[in-house]
Amino acid sequence: MPEDTLFAEVLDPRNRADPYPIYARLRRTPVARQRDGAYVVSTHAAIRSLLFDPRLSSEDLPPSRRPPTGNPLKDWLLNPIKNRIANAHRPLIFRDPPDHDTLRGFVMSEFTIARVNDLHGRVAALVDGLIETCRGRDTVCLVDDLSYPLPVAVICDLLGVPEQDEPQFHAWATRLATALEPDARRDEEARRATVETFDAIADYMRALIRQKRRQPADDMLSGLARRGTRDRPAMGDVDLIATAVLLLVAGHETTVNLITNGMLTLLRHPDELARLKADPERAPRVIEELLRYEPPVHFRSRKTLGDIAVAGATIPKGAPVILLFAAGNRDPERFSEPDRFDPDRADIQHFGFGGGLHYCVGAPLARIEAEIALVALCRRLRDPKLLADPPPYRPGASLRGPENLGIRIAGIL
Amino acid sequence: MSGQAGIVVVGASLAGLRGAEALRLGGYEGPLTLVGDEPHRPYDRPPLSKHVLAGELAADATALPQRVPLRACWRLGSAATGLDRRAKTVRLADGSSVAYDKLLVATGARARKWPGEGAGLGGVFTIRGRDEAAALRAALARASGRVLIVGGGLIGCEAASCCRALGLPVTLVDPNATPLARALGTFVGGTLAARMRAAGVDLRPGTQVRALEGEDGQVCRARLADGATIAVGLVIAALGAVRDTDWLAMSGLKADIGGLTCDGACRAITRTGEPDPDIFAAGDVARWPNPLYGGRLVAVEHWGNAVEQAAHAARNMLNPDDPLPYAHLPAFWSSQFGLNIKMVGLADGADSVAIVQGSRAAGRFLAVYGRDGRSIAALSFDEARWLPAYAERIAVGAAFPPIRGATDQPAVETRAPGFPPPRPIPTDRGRMPEAAHA
Repeated sequence: MPEDTLFAEVLDPRNRADPYPIYARLRRTPVARQRDGAYVVSTHAAIRSLLFDPRLSSEDLPPSRRPPTGNPLKDWLLNPIKNRIANAHRPLIFRDPPDHDTLRGFVMSEFTIARVNDLHGRVAALVDGLIETCRGRDTVCLVDDLSYPLPVAVICDLLGVPEQDEPQFHAWATRLATALEPDARRDEEARRATVETFDAIADYMRALIRQKRRQPADDMLSGLARRGTRDRPAMGDVDLIATAVLLLVAGHETTVNLITNGMLTLLRHPDELARLKADPERAPRVIEELLRYEPPVHFRSRKTLGDIAVAGATIPKGAPVILLFAAGNRDPERFSEPDRFDPDRADIQHFGFGGGLHYCVGAPLARIEAEIALVALCRRLRDPKLLADPPPYRPGASLRGPENLGIRIAGIL
Repeated sequence: MSGQAGIVVVGASLAGLRGAEALRLGGYEGPLTLVGDEPHRPYDRPPLSKHVLAGELAADATALPQRVPLRACWRLGSAATGLDRRAKTVRLADGSSVAYDKLLVATGARARKWPGEGAGLGGVFTIRGRDEAAALRAALARASGRVLIVGGGLIGCEAASCCRALGLPVTLVDPNATPLARALGTFVGGTLAARMRAAGVDLRPGTQVRALEGEDGQVCRARLADGATIAVGLVIAALGAVRDTDWLAMSGLKADIGGLTCDGACRAITRTGEPDPDIFAAGDVARWPNPLYGGRLVAVEHWGNAVEQAAHAARNMLNPDDPLPYAHLPAFWSSQFGLNIKMVGLADGADSVAIVQGSRAAGRFLAVYGRDGRSIAALSFDEARWLPAYAERIAVGAAFPPIRGATDQPAVETRAPGFPPPRPIPTDRGRMPEAAHA
């Protein structure tokens, strides 16, 4: 298989269960040009260097530069829709400095560690409740039963979405998560569906923001929607909606994957499951190693604004770049025995939350959710066994995770 | 190491400590002696002009962590006063001598005192050591009048920032057109000047303090070269540092107030131009040909260099048959007026400067300095995240400006950096006649 088609192999759903051998082959060429002109970066050192390079952009193509195609349907109908996505709904993960910094500043001022810590009890209660619903059954469908409902409930709580609206949020989150996949972003049909979802959620958020301004509560949306002061100007409504949608999407599917991949990995390493069960203090180590070994996000795309020389190659200006975080996490040049799941490893600088200026804003929350969920699962599921290994996977190659994870249990403790 | 005397490290600050640690980490098991002129174990200096002055950290809470057991003999509170290379001994202020097989010179530098009229007055301070910082902090805590800062270098500016944060009226006098003109040039220095004025500093550029005048032994007035008179309650002389090489005057080594000259492998050079195979130097005191700057002799008075060069010198000391050249990209940082300032490379001699990320208007930017079409240094005002990428380009001598096509990159305009004319460069010439045994 030539190296310039290896990334197509990564995207191929048939390789979803175990993409790591392909990553190993990609790493032989740290910066590998693909047939479509994209450059896949797969070693730890090269990814790290690019994460801190100012020539890497996260911005989508600005709408003014979209060339006319001659096809009236595209030029008059679809392109304006694309423009609308780009203009009105460009959240901070698709923005560069200085706009990115302004938006991130707003989020960071509200997504405080104190606010995250305050969610501890709520997460624990949610996890207990979700596990309780499995009582009397001999199988747990982990994604449906816990991994999926937990993060969306937490985000709704964080943002201040009323409980009765949560089911609607679930539906939106599901549809929007697919929008982050490279295939979906190329497919016009999917784009349109995404726009419709954005519109629906934007209408909802607009109303909710109005209400938060009338009656501020102790939640993130109230904080973000606060009127401006001299030192802190107000956040525009469009940015506010884009940010709220981003928090919903980015904080959802990723956490689902972290919990599900985590339980899958522990079930594949029963000794580690037993150790975590006996000693919940090990949870932080387990989570960090999971973020390296089975990260929730396998890669992210960027674009070069100038020629970049890295790892002996030169990526030309204007080229798409794929930072293959999950491959960097298994780089034998960086980690000893990278394919071994070892929570006791001392050196664990992973790309599980990305890196550089787009480093995951929600990392502390993801850690708390995964820790509480995995410890509770290890302690309360009696004699858990995987029903199928590998489990069925969702199609996404970047936000990679099982469709469901069937676990046979002897009961709930 | 065959001898009985072992290794002696003269200078018990950052470079001395890190050098001693590197010797132990490098497998050296023999006797190890650390000589220090201050009575304190090694401590960290950067906080002295920041957190300590601000009262956020006690001066004695700055001890440097020791990363390995040193099993060393500490000779603290007794400065080295002489070096006899033939007898291989270091003479100390208490009259005793310490024999060495190998010597690491890490005596650093000391603050230049106020040299003019009014030098003996109370209320005139310098900041270099822990005790100086503690005394100044105590004086600031009870100060009521205006603080006069003489010199707008890094320390002067940091002190000005602390004093303003304490609510004290501050006047800063500097002979150049802007603060930090020597380190950054006036183009960038102008941005800091605006920041300082916005913070309420009475900035007096382009003039000098002629004399300090006192009453009852306490400083109370300063007269400036431009004729102005300022009533002051306290004076901080921030006039830079003098390398501590007095004790080497009779040693036959090339040493003067500009430092101790070394070869590329950190070995001290004798007056006859040969390296002394048993004497190494590191940190502020060492002046060596830096291959990253065309072999130009440089002495780098920054934290990172003390750490790296000490480890490098220790490594070469333990591997006499395989000396490696020391190539170091100098770097420093400063925090003042709510700003994080970081620089990599040596900007002196730059003929151009360009803002390459951010903008001066936005208050955060990255500037690159060029010389003869090469990038030689990069400076960040609250924009350090991209500095590593620029450091990499500077280390390989990339074209100026080094990075084209970047996020948040303005239309790159090349400007004159505005460095003041160089001060007389300290020469290799010693101030003492050559010792007979050299």
